[in-house]
Amino acid sequence: MHRLVEQLTRICGADGTIVTRHARDTYGSDGLLQYHVTPGVVVLPDTAEQVRAVVGACHQAGVPWVARGSGTGLSGGAVPVEDGVLIGLNRMRRVLQVDLDNERVVVEPGVTNVDVSAAVAPTHVYPPDPSSQIVCSIGGNVAENSGGAHCFKYGFTTNYVTGLEVVLPDGEVVTLGGAELDRPGYDLVGAFVGSEGTLGIATKITLRVIPKPEDHRTLVAYFDDTTEAGQTVSDIVAASIVPGAIEMMDQLTIQAAEAATHAGYPLDVGAALIVELDGPVAECDARFDEVVDICQRNGATGIRVAADERERELIWKTRKAAFGAMGRISPNYYVQDGVIPRTRLPDVLGRISDLAREHGLKVANVFHAGDGNLHPLVCYDGRAPGEAETAERLAGLILQACVDAGGSLTGEHGIGLDKREHMNKMFSEADLDAFQRLRCAFDPQGLANPGKVMPTPRLCGEVPGPYRQHPLEAAGVAERF
Amino acid sequence: MLPNGSKGGLALRTEHPNTAEQAAEVLAAADSEGLSVRPRGAGTKLGWGGPGPEAAIELTTAGLTRIVEHNAPDLTAVVEAGVPLADAQSAFRRGGLMVALDPPLGRDEAATVGGVVATGDSGPLRHRYGAPRDLLLGMTVALADGTVAHAGGKVIKNVAGYDLTKLLAGSFGTLGLVVRVALRLHPLSAKRVTASGSSADPVALQRSCYALAHAPLELESLDISWEAGTGQVLARCTGAAPQPRAEQATRLMQEAGLRSEIVEDDEQLWSRQRERQRSENGTVVRVSGRASEVARVIETASSLGGSVVGRAAMGLLWVALPPADPAVTVATIEQLRRELHPLPCVILDAPREAREGVDVWGKVEPGAAALMRRVKERFDPRGILNPGLFVDGI
Repeated sequence: MHRLVEQLTRICGADGTIVTRHARDTYGSDGLLQYHVTPGVVVLPDTAEQVRAVVGACHQAGVPWVARGSGTGLSGGAVPVEDGVLIGLNRMRRVLQVDLDNERVVVEPGVTNVDVSAAVAPTHVYPPDPSSQIVCSIGGNVAENSGGAHCFKYGFTTNYVTGLEVVLPDGEVVTLGGAELDRPGYDLVGAFVGSEGTLGIATKITLRVIPKPEDHRTLVAYFDDTTEAGQTVSDIVAASIVPGAIEMMDQLTIQAAEAATHAGYPLDVGAALIVELDGPVAECDARFDEVVDICQRNGATGIRVAADERERELIWKTRKAAFGAMGRISPNYYVQDGVIPRTRLPDVLGRISDLAREHGLKVANVFHAGDGNLHPLVCYDGRAPGEAETAERLAGLILQACVDAGGSLTGEHGIGLDKREHMNKMFSEADLDAFQRLRCAFDPQGLANPGKVMPTPRLCGEVPGPYRQHPLEAAGVAERF
Repeated sequence: MLPNGSKGGLALRTEHPNTAEQAAEVLAAADSEGLSVRPRGAGTKLGWGGPGPEAAIELTTAGLTRIVEHNAPDLTAVVEAGVPLADAQSAFRRGGLMVALDPPLGRDEAATVGGVVATGDSGPLRHRYGAPRDLLLGMTVALADGTVAHAGGKVIKNVAGYDLTKLLAGSFGTLGLVVRVALRLHPLSAKRVTASGSSADPVALQRSCYALAHAPLELESLDISWEAGTGQVLARCTGAAPQPRAEQATRLMQEAGLRSEIVEDDEQLWSRQRERQRSENGTVVRVSGRASEVARVIETASSLGGSVVGRAAMGLLWVALPPADPAVTVATIEQLRRELHPLPCVILDAPREAREGVDVWGKVEPGAAALMRRVKERFDPRGILNPGLFVDGI
């Protein structure tokens, strides 16, 4: 390690290489604070060439590494490896090219999500908008295939990445895709996006942007319970309306978020549903009254229509503050990210409520309601003996309920460290083996973000094909399925 | 001359599995015997890809024709690979929905979901909704060694595990047999209307496409075509109130110097666009261009006697070259590639004799090609699936 640190210091300079214990410690966690591992060394490369040299040096030394953007991830995907290298990409924040004629922008991985939209404003916009968009980086968005409130209509990060320059785990640099679509060959861009930092480091990212919607109309409707609000969402979708965003909050969430933002949400309602139509004026005009009607038909106790941009922002502020505001009602919380077929919402919420009662904990619920992506926030007190473990157990049972309903473990946060032990709920050994084939094609040595995504450490055969025992297996250090 | 699509030989035997497990058994047996396998749907695009050796086994999806789930309120469906796309659309239409894929469906509209996914083919709806890769939620695939694997899920948002659906989409059956897919559905629009503009000036056509693409019109499709010295731009508006936008689109076309009109009954216009992506006896080259290169592609194609159709804002253009002597076709393709360099030009339809004379895929960046080869080796180490059909001889 000592020699590697010397080498990394030569590559990134003394000010780009962090060796002191307390400074390394600050990189020990990402947005999921339950996990903390101090990396052996932290490097902060400034250029793609430095990234290539760092990864190449790790490859030669056989030392694992973890890439990190802004550290806002919620699955522990950027948690370092002990004695490994943590590669922070925040210094690489140049917008390299803006080509509005072709609706493309090329950026470095450290550029924040919101700065991509800023680079193409005021005429264009980059649609994926995770709640952390002010700080989260595009490199992280690519790794996690990030979503956001607007993906029901506009899609996810993967629908907007057309090209990547990638430093592979052996230090080679490859260009995948480009500005053009349907380039010949396998869709390795599609395979890379959402691979949670296990296939390499994207050093240059080509994104598609779209013309800014002409207009938007926003309302928040209040209901006695989440079932009514859920039915409203289904009725809107059944009417062939595709809102830019449909977000739901339950009572506990409203109470916490309202205390933080004072946006004027009533505290006694069972659910709040934010519906935002966007697009051409004529289209918004034609459909907005229909949305109001549908809310009323489903028993809305009140409807607040944003009169202006300020009021729209206020309505949204409450939604976006929901996670952070949980601190007001609970010392700790554990956020989950399950997805269900939207029509199963009433059953699954009923199940979550039963589970919460059985475990003696409160669960607040925030949803991207259009696409059935739930964010149950399991509230607990980490100082109370055993409560953190109970919360974790409850969160696992909630995920099981999502998968049982035909859904998924994660809609946008990723598997990371946090949900890897749950992968077997959704995927068979054969499925995991297929995943591993892709991983081995990119990273046969297993140096890129090891220990993430897969439920148990897996190794790559030296040559594909017949089974051979890896030396680490023989030594009982790792197992293979 | 053999018609396009003929391999000029016959597989030793054909297998029609009814389940993923049966498909996997066929593959496992072929793998252990080292026999090559060609996956096949309806056979409407059999001529695409490199002219590799004839396969020993043809593995068809003719026995995989179930629509397994149609969850209309959830906007999802699960269908087997052998379901004709047209049949799937009919089923979805009954629920007011569609899968937003409208590639040309080939003879008898027989193209299957699996074939469209395996080739990554798309049509005018690409403009708004993307390619097969963008509409796949999950997949079941039978791998060369007999493994049956699932990736993704059947909900419209999901990031659990690696996105093998995108890897398999467009992989031309070289990584496994796609057995079943979960699809994202979209509402069918009640109203549709198309603004149509025409001009004999490729630059004016491109200029109008810019204006249309950058206006906040939320077009469902934005296509261009060029044939015999004149061109057309088609902008389709859908939704609850498409008429005002179609009018705005015609104004933008006029400002760019086009003659324009509104076409209410527009179905034929669009089916013609789709059909022109195929050619029974001639050659079709798919050019991966950019919006800013549309005029240049038209001028180049035109100078070589070709016609053009495609997605204007994406620069994705299909150049059709008339039937000719194979040597002439090869020379024309090479000239097209030279003049459009570095835009990728992939040959789709072409007589076998012509395909044997060119690299149908064109060059792939060496680093990316090496990585693709490593992927192929992991999924199909003995190389039994469609050997020689894909890029770089994969």
